[in-house]
Amino acid sequence: MEKNKTKRVSGLARPAFRSKLITYVLAAGFFGVSALLVQAEVAGSLYEGLLIPMCCYIMMAVSLNLTVGILGELSLGHAGFMCVGAYVGAVFSIVTRTAIPSAWIRFPLALLLGGLTAALFGVVIGIPILRLRGDYLAIVTLAFGEIIRKLVENLYIAVDANGLHFSFAKAIDPLSMDLATKKDILNGPMAVSGIPRDTTLLLAVLFVMLTLFVVMNLIDSRSGRAIMAIRDNRIAAEATGISITKHKLIVFTVSAFFAGLAGVLYAHSSTLKSTQFDYNLSIQILVFVVLGGIGSTRGAMIATVILYALPELLRFLQDYRMLVYAIVLIVMMLLNNNARFHQLKQTLFQRKAKEETT
Amino acid sequence: MSFLEVTNIGISFGGLRAVDDFCLHIEKGELYGLIGPNGAGKTTVFNLLTGVYKPDRGTIVLDGENLTGKSPIEINQHGMARTFQNIRLFHNLSVLDNVKVGLHNQIPYSALEGVLRLPRYRKAEREMDEKAEELLEVFDLQGEKDYLSSNLPYGKQRKLEIARALATNPKLLLLDEPAAGMNPNETEELMETIQLVRKRFDMTILLIEHDMKLVSGICEELTVLNFGSILAQGKTSQVLNNPDVITAYLGE
Amino acid sequence: MSFISFLISGISLGSIYALIALGYTMVYGIAKMLNFAHGDVIMVGGFVVFTAMSTMQQPVWLSILMGMVVCTVLGVTIEKIAYKPLRNASPLSVLITAIGVSYLLQNLALLIFGSSSQTFQSVVSLPPIRITETLVITGETIVTIITTVVIMVGLTLFINRTKPGQAMLAVSEDRGAAQLMGVNVNGTISLTFAIGSALAAVAGVLLCSMYPQINAYTGQMPGIKAFIAAVFGGIGSIPGAMIGGVLLGIIENLSRAYISSQLSDAIVFAVLILMLLIKPTGILGRKLNEKV
Repeated sequence: MEKNKTKRVSGLARPAFRSKLITYVLAAGFFGVSALLVQAEVAGSLYEGLLIPMCCYIMMAVSLNLTVGILGELSLGHAGFMCVGAYVGAVFSIVTRTAIPSAWIRFPLALLLGGLTAALFGVVIGIPILRLRGDYLAIVTLAFGEIIRKLVENLYIAVDANGLHFSFAKAIDPLSMDLATKKDILNGPMAVSGIPRDTTLLLAVLFVMLTLFVVMNLIDSRSGRAIMAIRDNRIAAEATGISITKHKLIVFTVSAFFAGLAGVLYAHSSTLKSTQFDYNLSIQILVFVVLGGIGSTRGAMIATVILYALPELLRFLQDYRMLVYAIVLIVMMLLNNNARFHQLKQTLFQRKAKEETT
Repeated sequence: MSFLEVTNIGISFGGLRAVDDFCLHIEKGELYGLIGPNGAGKTTVFNLLTGVYKPDRGTIVLDGENLTGKSPIEINQHGMARTFQNIRLFHNLSVLDNVKVGLHNQIPYSALEGVLRLPRYRKAEREMDEKAEELLEVFDLQGEKDYLSSNLPYGKQRKLEIARALATNPKLLLLDEPAAGMNPNETEELMETIQLVRKRFDMTILLIEHDMKLVSGICEELTVLNFGSILAQGKTSQVLNNPDVITAYLGE
Repeated sequence: MSFISFLISGISLGSIYALIALGYTMVYGIAKMLNFAHGDVIMVGGFVVFTAMSTMQQPVWLSILMGMVVCTVLGVTIEKIAYKPLRNASPLSVLITAIGVSYLLQNLALLIFGSSSQTFQSVVSLPPIRITETLVITGETIVTIITTVVIMVGLTLFINRTKPGQAMLAVSEDRGAAQLMGVNVNGTISLTFAIGSALAAVAGVLLCSMYPQINAYTGQMPGIKAFIAAVFGGIGSIPGAMIGGVLLGIIENLSRAYISSQLSDAIVFAVLILMLLIKPTGILGRKLNEKV
């Protein structure tokens, strides 16, 4: 039974059932139409190639929004979680490719493993930063993101008849291996090759739906209310008996899990290189969240589609892409905190204005 | 032993003794006032009681349980709820959700049950809605339940804060200057609400107040704090006639 | 012997971090915000000096002066346009804006100067000093360390002995109270940005002289590391920035030499995390209580 209440609260506060339905329909509709256009060869292969990464970025943006918009803490290391998922998933798939030939079995396992490992990293990172807030938390997440990338960049894994060989910070000594059956899996900073292309558009869209389902239901539940209470007033939340520790950990774990899943999907659809997951990617995802209106799941999704597809489709914009991102960040923040702009918005949307005044 | 037994608590900030040797005994069902001039350390006492600050010395016992040194979260779960001098609502949540946050530990279900929308989630949410609306009705806020809490007028925000505190099912309710910033009419109404809360929930209440009219009107006992130490303690009428208290308030 | 030369170059690198950290720590103390764009002001300073020296063929002293003037104007302008309207906004908004400004500067530089690195001609013409066969101290190292010490001493005197300096202390202590006492808060914040940005230009020139190249991302990592240095020494503390910067430079250089050059950044970040776990207020920092 869904509560049939008049919705006077803005979407930020509490996505009610109808609002969630709109989000699902928008996501399904957009990708449905896109798939049809590709099928009918109206849209070119360029567009087709955008759709799967777009799904991954939507998952990233929606999960980052949980940290930034709902918990109210800035995480600058979201790309690190994606990196963990991508590499764990990729290594698993390459290693088990011959042992488990069926992608129907292998790929779900890769996804699960990648997602769970990323979630584990979320916990590992979440615990030390429990005491931190604001700028310090942001800079530490940035630090963790970079550490993860640097570690991956220095990881060497190869396989031969004798099994797996690991090495850290230096290439594996070829003399220690059976050269006849030797195969490199990870080669430090080099791009990873030989990952099966298991990610299909349908699968990616299903995972977008799953992310939306879990994140939106989490927000609209007892835990989500507690998380937003911490965001709105930490001291009052404590005085109301809300455990800050527990809820921060929930956020970091769930957020990292979906970033990890996005990483696995991404790794199984294109080339994989650790430099893709640097600090700039974390910022790019942050831009999607900010343009979508911090705290709004649907907004994060729509902003991702627009900001990701636009520069790709309009080639002349390509060079200015990052510049546009930078301006989006600044202008959105200045407008959000500008009283006159809020007034203008209220006059423009009379209905909303009526709702917001008591 | 009293219901709330505070013995010799104190705290210093960088050498300054903000509160010193503070003792307090409140019986169950009592309405107790904590008064004193500005900067006397009243809010610091609240912060010590609710665990925001850890006392350097002394003990706090509520209903036989030693709460000294516990975190604000544990102290709330052990039955102490408070409001704040500068209202601290969850301003981006609806009025109803503010109260439902208060019910967080009263009607629990797991995050997973919430995400999967299991029957337990539906049952608990329904129960929460009913209980929260019941509380809002007491404070005459049911008409505004879907408004953002930051859109409420000032007086109603204060009431909502009390409703949220009550939702945590406390044994002792601490109100930090509930009438601050209110006009005489609103104060009058607030006095009635406090009396009503006390009767209806059988609540023990400790309040900080500046408004003498409110204090003398509803509190049975008073403690007067001056420069971090107790100046007078006892029945309201006696304390208010104490020459030391009069001097502290009106000057020499 | 090589240990000593690693140590000395670490101190030199650390001195640059300290100079940059000064900008972070002063702004953090006074405007209570993390000016993420500070690192990129360094890059701008480097490019101005680069353009003045290589393209416009100006003498070194004039080029550096131009760099300092441009950075000062830039720093004050950024504060006026992007940060001042957010003085009462949530910390999250301010931080996101600062990241936006950082990105803006980087990408403007990218559009103007292209993505490939340019060779930066060192501004130092002192010959290296040979102490032994293997222990050689470069002119850049000496100039960097001396410059940093002179600036530190000058800045400390400025803050403790002059009226604007005292105003800065007052604003960092309690902005509201300072305003009531007649301190020009906006002016003081502008002054802080001006000084921090001028120092960033100096740091930029020294950094680019030590590693003789420059590109749009030159300021990013040193900026983040300098912030770490500021946290390390205790945010808001000027001697803390010095200690934190030098320590961080030494840690980075020694780990690059003895552990792995690939992992030196990761080690610096790990040091930050450890520091925040053990002593969140840094070496010389003090604890701030939140008012309830």
